[in-house]
Amino acid sequence: MLILECPYCGVKADETELSPGYEAHLKRYGPGSSPEEFEAYMFARKNPKGVHFERWRHAYGCGKWFLAARCTATLEVFGTYPAQSGEPPAELQAKIKAKRPNWEGYK
Amino acid sequence: MSTRLQKGGRLIDRSRAATFTFNGKQLTGFAGDTLAAGLLANDQMLVGRSFKYHRPRGIVASGAEEPNALVNMGEGGRFEPNQRTTTTELFDGLTATSQNHWPSLEFDVGVVNNYAARFLPAGFYYKTFMFPRFAWKHVFEPVVRQSAGLGKVPQGPEVDRYEYAYAFCDLLIAGGGIAGLQAALVAGGAGKRVILVEQTPHWGGRAPVDGDVIDGISADEWVKKTVQALEKMSNVTMRLRCMAAGVYDHGYVLADEKVADHTPGDGRPRHRLWRIRAGKIIAATGAIERPLSFAGNDIPGVMLASAVRDYVVNYAVSPGDRTVIVTNNDDAYRTAIALKEAGLEVPVIVDARTNVTGDLPAKARAMGIRVEAGRAVVKVKGAKRVTGVAIGLQAGEGAVLEEIACDAVAMSGGWSPVVHLWSHCGGKLTWDDAQAHFRPDATRPPTNQDGAAMVATLGSANGQLSAAAALADVAAQLGGKAVTADTVHEAALEPVWIMPQGAGHKLKMKMFLDYQNDVKVSDVQLAAREGYTSVEHTKRYTTLGMATDQGKLSNINGLAVLAGALNDKIPNVGTTTFRPPYTPVPLGALAGESRGDIFQPLRKSPMHGWHEAHGAYMEPVGLWRRAYCYARGSETHEQAVQREILNARANVGMLDASTLGKIIVKGPDAGRFLDMLYTNVMSNLGIGKCRYGLMCNEQGFLSDDGVVIRLSDDSWLCHTTTGGADRIHAWMEDWLQCEWWDWKVYTANVTEEYAQIAVAGPNARMVLEKLGGMDVSKETLPFMSFADGTLGGLPVRVHRISFSGELSYEIATPAGHGLALWEALIEAGAEFGVMPYGTEAMHIMRAEKGFIMIGDETDGTVIPQDLNLGWAISKKKADYLGKRGQERTHLASPDRWKLAGFEALDGSVIPDGSYIIADGFNGNGQRNTQGRVTSTYYSPTLKKGIAMGLVKGGMDRLGDVVEFNTLTTATVKARVVDPVFYDKDGEKGNA
Amino acid sequence: MKRYSVFAIAREAMNYHLGWEKAWGNPEPKKDYDVIIVGAGGHGLATAYYLGKNHGIKNVAIIEKGWLGGGNTGRNTTIIRSNYLQDPSAAIYDKALKLYEGLSQDLNYNVMFSPRGLLMLAQTHHEVRGYLRTVHANMLQGVTTEYISPARVKELVPIINIDGPRYPVLGALYQPRGGTGRHDAVAWGYARACAAMGMDIIQQTEVTAVRSEAGVVKGVETSKGFIGCKKLGVVVAGHSGQLAEMGGFRLPIEAVALQALVSEPIKPCMDVVVMANTVHGYMSQSDKGEMVIGGGTDGFNNFTQRGSFHHVEETLRALIETFPMISRLKMLRQWGGIVDMTGDRSPIISKTPLGNCFFNCGWGTGGFKAIPGSGWAMAELMAKGEPGPLAEEFSMWRFKEGKFIDESVAAGVAH
Repeated sequence: MLILECPYCGVKADETELSPGYEAHLKRYGPGSSPEEFEAYMFARKNPKGVHFERWRHAYGCGKWFLAARCTATLEVFGTYPAQSGEPPAELQAKIKAKRPNWEGYK
Repeated sequence: MSTRLQKGGRLIDRSRAATFTFNGKQLTGFAGDTLAAGLLANDQMLVGRSFKYHRPRGIVASGAEEPNALVNMGEGGRFEPNQRTTTTELFDGLTATSQNHWPSLEFDVGVVNNYAARFLPAGFYYKTFMFPRFAWKHVFEPVVRQSAGLGKVPQGPEVDRYEYAYAFCDLLIAGGGIAGLQAALVAGGAGKRVILVEQTPHWGGRAPVDGDVIDGISADEWVKKTVQALEKMSNVTMRLRCMAAGVYDHGYVLADEKVADHTPGDGRPRHRLWRIRAGKIIAATGAIERPLSFAGNDIPGVMLASAVRDYVVNYAVSPGDRTVIVTNNDDAYRTAIALKEAGLEVPVIVDARTNVTGDLPAKARAMGIRVEAGRAVVKVKGAKRVTGVAIGLQAGEGAVLEEIACDAVAMSGGWSPVVHLWSHCGGKLTWDDAQAHFRPDATRPPTNQDGAAMVATLGSANGQLSAAAALADVAAQLGGKAVTADTVHEAALEPVWIMPQGAGHKLKMKMFLDYQNDVKVSDVQLAAREGYTSVEHTKRYTTLGMATDQGKLSNINGLAVLAGALNDKIPNVGTTTFRPPYTPVPLGALAGESRGDIFQPLRKSPMHGWHEAHGAYMEPVGLWRRAYCYARGSETHEQAVQREILNARANVGMLDASTLGKIIVKGPDAGRFLDMLYTNVMSNLGIGKCRYGLMCNEQGFLSDDGVVIRLSDDSWLCHTTTGGADRIHAWMEDWLQCEWWDWKVYTANVTEEYAQIAVAGPNARMVLEKLGGMDVSKETLPFMSFADGTLGGLPVRVHRISFSGELSYEIATPAGHGLALWEALIEAGAEFGVMPYGTEAMHIMRAEKGFIMIGDETDGTVIPQDLNLGWAISKKKADYLGKRGQERTHLASPDRWKLAGFEALDGSVIPDGSYIIADGFNGNGQRNTQGRVTSTYYSPTLKKGIAMGLVKGGMDRLGDVVEFNTLTTATVKARVVDPVFYDKDGEKGNA
Repeated sequence: MKRYSVFAIAREAMNYHLGWEKAWGNPEPKKDYDVIIVGAGGHGLATAYYLGKNHGIKNVAIIEKGWLGGGNTGRNTTIIRSNYLQDPSAAIYDKALKLYEGLSQDLNYNVMFSPRGLLMLAQTHHEVRGYLRTVHANMLQGVTTEYISPARVKELVPIINIDGPRYPVLGALYQPRGGTGRHDAVAWGYARACAAMGMDIIQQTEVTAVRSEAGVVKGVETSKGFIGCKKLGVVVAGHSGQLAEMGGFRLPIEAVALQALVSEPIKPCMDVVVMANTVHGYMSQSDKGEMVIGGGTDGFNNFTQRGSFHHVEETLRALIETFPMISRLKMLRQWGGIVDMTGDRSPIISKTPLGNCFFNCGWGTGGFKAIPGSGWAMAELMAKGEPGPLAEEFSMWRFKEGKFIDESVAAGVAH
């Protein structure tokens, strides 16, 4: 039963208020992309056992999508940040690196 | 015999008798008794039969760990199987019956299994019952099932109700013994929000029974004083009869409060399920005494030493007149002393240790109790009740030195901390050699969302077994004023896993580890011998610890025997996984109030009540209920649907379309956004116009359709399917927030803000004109346009769109006016023959017209091109959601099945769901297919069966005859035709 | 291997059961093998078994990180059925069902396959149409199913409430040959049979890397050192992504939690398996008498074998609506497993970009029922290097082509 803090409204939201959206920071490949690029965009998921960046929507709250860095092995949440982010905030990345020295980075 | 003592009993109220029945026999106990205490007070030691061998079973324990004394309780809508008598409070009028026997508890035919026990070792069923092949299902399995199963099957539905409660706290403390109380006092005093829950109806735990002295006063007095202090703290919430069932991730705790189990029918909810978010959890859940493994340790009358003490001290019940104590530690001497002080006989204390030195043995000896050191119970004598014990050397092989008559045996193999809550989310354990138990390893706790320790354990649950040690543990972990308990010197225990240590196979086949599931020492050794050496394998092979007590008594003893068999250390063998709940929780309590009509939220259109009042048969559509048809008099649903269609085609019909999704999309980039969302172009739609549009997912598969209207320069309103409204709105927000977040677009799901009514049929215009208020003529309001205005004085937006193929107006009005508009239309339409029609008539009319239906023609693998909807796919747009997906080889293949119409050659209705057969078989021997039906109906308009479906080649196959399969060997031959069966030129809709 | 039988039990009983031999050994790994299977769950063990039995390949090691059968094989709700909609699914699940029907005799180990019948309730008109479609498809696939009336449902399941206020039962898809099996016994039976063929089951050994040369697999690095092989089969369910990464490629797989629970045991009251998919719950009664209950998956990646409790509550609400008498039964134990979900929720039995390396994964919530068929197909793929008809459609490249095997299309589910 996760709790994630919505970075928009500041609510520490119970999982039942949220809708999950799986992997974050996917780059969309549309018409003109190669079959491999499109397949990777649609299907090839990182699915790490460890630090994972994922999408959530505060569906039964403010309605906003946001992103979370969470460990899939311990369910520790390193932080949440707005969906309008090209990459995880540097400060969050530093925090994760400090906690998980072997972490290979979000890419 | 077991009986009520004349004096004592700290928990009972002798002034309030409680009458109850057991197997129809009327018995009397006192308020404050547990059912087990009440049974023992009436000399009812035999209470059930075991699972496998149907051996007689008596009460062993006094709490949640009881494996044997489970009964069927209550009657009718309050009947409950497998009720644990040791945790059931006695009340006047309670009825209970014993379980798992036939024909009676005293004489059970199933006991033949016991005589055949030698042939039924662990896992015997894996090795036999294989021949002949059908025999398992038809012969053996029914016998096994009937013989297993414990409690009886509840009959009727439940009469009680349940409720959820929500709570948040800094600290949740599970366990109201002295450690839990003191922890609450310290944390509460420091201003923390504390919730303290205790599973029994009493505060204080074991300390009062053990006669501890805390801060110079008796434990009873100290508990009373502390509870009073806590009750004064507004930041401390205390709940009795409330069991912390499970710890879940991120500090979520479920606790089950038995509100009215002891006062059934008093109007309160039976249980209350607490759903708690705790900053931190403290498990002060105590410890459970372990049995000893000696032959006959399952015979009724053999009990845990602590339980015997509980019954004597708490309930003034003596389990026996002459009780032999058998132990490997000092604590059990407390039981001997308590029995002696109550005036009962303790013929001997059999102590497996060769050196017996502690304070308590000294006191026992001083009271004149005989203590035999280095001795073992070789076997217990008796069948349905203990009659004596045979004693030998613990170091020996079972030679009997002496037989002693007794009617009860109190055993103690040491104590194991209750580590369940610590372990549910992955807290690790460490083996404590000195106390021979697993206790929490504080360096490897379960962690929360911040990666910090989420659970701590205190007192006995942390391996601090004495009152003094437990209170010191609280001070060490939480601080606060030091509270001290008088220390009693206890000598070390000596682990004893098999008694006597050199016992032969014959004895080991009578040493029970798991009483309920009949798992013996010999079974665990057999599992090890056969290679089931992982602790999980042993558990599953023997069923050790899988009974309704989940191994609370048996697990550690079983592990130790396994370790012995493997010649390994106990910590290397490890434990099985602890899973919630700590003790079983009623399914009804977990489900809460959501049952019957409010099982799920119900969405109602503004006209919902009207439909119900007018005989509508309602069907669930998502959380909505929609009118399927309005049967009149003795009409069948089918007849009603046909009447509704014919009337709409001939006169005029009305459909409640309020559930259709309505989403406003507004902003400078709204047109651009809709062009990405829909396969066709929406940005160039004229203001006041309507356009049909398709939406695909990124795979390219058709996901929703509907009419889009343009309200103004920067705003559109998108209609979606009933089931699609929330999903499509979320989908829009997903793209706007996560991909094109620089686009200036605002969306609002206004589905519930408006009622919508379709008025369809040749007389539709006359009905609207009769209401009056706006011009709805063909010239002013042509097909695929809309206008705002009033009808009959109500504000409306009228759309000229048609899903039925008839002249049709879809009229939207603010939800609050929905019913008024509906009734006004019904009244105005009376003279024009108006009738309401339901969803099934709508489905058939659209099929007659060849319109696709999301969910019928589509199934998540169909692309618009399959449905001949290429005209709704823009060729000039560089991109739209799904475009790239549709370019993939399989989606672009010419071999795809495509939409066509079908007419059975004999005019019949092609069976729903049938496939079009092709020649030959595939590599797996399956018949090849070339298509399938997607919508198939009897058309009352055309008086014959019509169908739509997908077929390889699609409309290129016009005129071909194909064969649909049926559920018999017969097939239905059908001709491929145009799917538009009615008004091919669209004259009616355009009228 | 000494045969199991009632006579063997009688003989051993005279000797306090001291004479039973080990069902499988505890061998140290050899330097190399013809085939290494990673993962000693049901699917991995079945693969090894059919490699030996059907293809004569017996120089095989099965490497297991924990204890054999300890993953999803040992934590599912033991439902066996083959009433799938799509041809490739129906083919492999029906192959599995047929093998289950004779598995106890084949393995000389009673896996307690109990063809007690399985019902999937139709509770909306949409679901009715979906199951009618399935029943027609099954007819052509050679899978015997029936669509039955509410009255017949009530006859088969007297404890059911077919007139619930919200979702009355409108009918059901019935597969009389469906049922349940004893999950642990399936793993143990295969393990014993593999060991009897001389295969090494190496437990408590973790694979840490895949070694390859020139794009062809050479062996695996493990916590017990390097072990060489000519062919590698990876059958590790939830951890497939991690193993694929070691092989240098990615899979269309996400690991999520699926939960299940059992009630306390009661006397027999339900002889069939019932799945209610509209309301998300399914239930059967085990031979011990426990009601075995499952529901939907969580929606986020999770390797903890724990799920979110609100899903359990939702499942229970649904089942109490369907079976009101269970309200006063008690939940005895709940647990979770890690299920590997693919892009179309159907499995992958496939060659991979790495030569001589094969993957079998993606069984999601429905793997137990497939075990014999999955092993059969995987063994054929590994022995021949090319898929047979059973595995052909389950290639990992189908996603690129958009050639889904989507079971969710009718009212079906994958459980």
